[in-house]
Amino acid sequence: MNNNVKAVFKRELYGYFHTPVAYVFIIIFLFLTGIFSFYLGAFYERGQADLEPFFRFHPWLYLFLIPAISMRLWSEERKTGTIELLMTLPISVTDAVLGKYLAAWCFTAIALVLTFPMWITVNYLGDPDNTVILAGYIGSLLMAGGFLAIGSCISAVSKSQVIAFVISVVICFLFILSGFPLVLDFFQGWAPQALVEVISSLSFLTHFDSINKGVIDLRDVVYYVVLISFWLYANVVVIDTRKAN
Amino acid sequence: MTANNRTPAIEVKGLDKRFGPIHAVRNISFSVGHGEVLGFLGPNGAGKSTTMKMITGFLEPTDGTVLVNGHDVMTDPISVKASIGYLPEGAPAYGEMTVNSFLDFVAEIRGYNRAERQKRVGRVVELVHLDSVLDQTVETLSKGFKRRVGVAQALLHDPDVLVMDEPTDGLDPNQKHEVRSLIKEMAENKAIVISTHILEEVDAVCSRAIIIAAGQLLFDGTPAELRAQSDIDDYDDAFRAITSRFYASQGEAGQS
Repeated sequence: MNNNVKAVFKRELYGYFHTPVAYVFIIIFLFLTGIFSFYLGAFYERGQADLEPFFRFHPWLYLFLIPAISMRLWSEERKTGTIELLMTLPISVTDAVLGKYLAAWCFTAIALVLTFPMWITVNYLGDPDNTVILAGYIGSLLMAGGFLAIGSCISAVSKSQVIAFVISVVICFLFILSGFPLVLDFFQGWAPQALVEVISSLSFLTHFDSINKGVIDLRDVVYYVVLISFWLYANVVVIDTRKAN
Repeated sequence: MTANNRTPAIEVKGLDKRFGPIHAVRNISFSVGHGEVLGFLGPNGAGKSTTMKMITGFLEPTDGTVLVNGHDVMTDPISVKASIGYLPEGAPAYGEMTVNSFLDFVAEIRGYNRAERQKRVGRVVELVHLDSVLDQTVETLSKGFKRRVGVAQALLHDPDVLVMDEPTDGLDPNQKHEVRSLIKEMAENKAIVISTHILEEVDAVCSRAIIIAAGQLLFDGTPAELRAQSDIDDYDDAFRAITSRFYASQGEAGQS
């Protein structure tokens, strides 16, 4: 991290914790992960010592919560005019995009770490495979990074946070759905198998599920790295071309 | 008198900007030397802010070049941005930050280490009198203080080129006087561009004035020369005479 990235990173993270955003997000995130894993995920009834019911709902939580975090990244700068201040300081667009993105990612990592009571619970009740749980956390964090990169890019397009939120949710939804039978069955009947596999391989779910089983496959990691790089690059291009509009 | 033999601090050549069908700035050229205070005048929407945004590297010109201390803003934007102090229109700042942490952030991006940052922030805080609000968040400040925070961040690195978009807008008469004295003090070794629509400001601080309307350069000269355009030796009258002459000629051109 060079100095400029670090400065923007620190400022952005400072922004989260000096506004209600951070606290509202963290509380709702912890509350919902709890509800989902105990009620919808039947954490007790399954009688298994693992966190599968906990991780299973992360994609769906992220679908709404991550765009709520990312929508302010650039929309707010545009709306308050601080983007003009930032972009006339001696800093490259790439550094600014990276600094902001990493701050948002770090913030979600903090929220994720705060779910540690789940981990303590499952270790207290049984004897889980902690490497699988660790893989689950890594997979979840990578997926959050993918959602955030999409959201960051979209928030650069509009000065309205509401628009940024809605568009981000829709795009993230498509990325989740592309691995679902709902979509895949539709293609399965007529499309060549290769195309079905490409569509399926674009899905957050496919990659998340395989990491969730405890296997961190290089291909899954590469998928997220490529996805994040692509959206952040698009983010830089969007800001470069329409800073003032 | 001014350092005309040196490279001009700002050199604008054939600057042009279109936003879709709107032609905001049309082929403007001028230069500013060290030791000069250039007043940028013009009716609202004349292209003053757009021109400043292009000089400071926020907007990309459609055509033409801008050189700041010899660096081209298109090919070497980081060097240009490093040598300019810029107060954007409306003095934007991060509302949730305290004045102190905001100035510290700007100083960090300007590349100073912790000790140097403290020293520099201390200096500008004293210069524009912000000590009483140092630990307040920017969003709780009055308009006058906000403007001064904007001026303070522009002065952190003691730039030799200063571009300020309406530095006295929203200030009370005492504060206006203070900012003007500050500009005059700094004028000796810096090149300063300020935009304003208060014409008395030209008299108070500027060594040169430029008038633009509808994106075109209408006048470039000393305040005395500007005043001479008026029959009654008055800035406002001269401004009206120049701009109405321009609009009249535009009207004729439209009819013929």
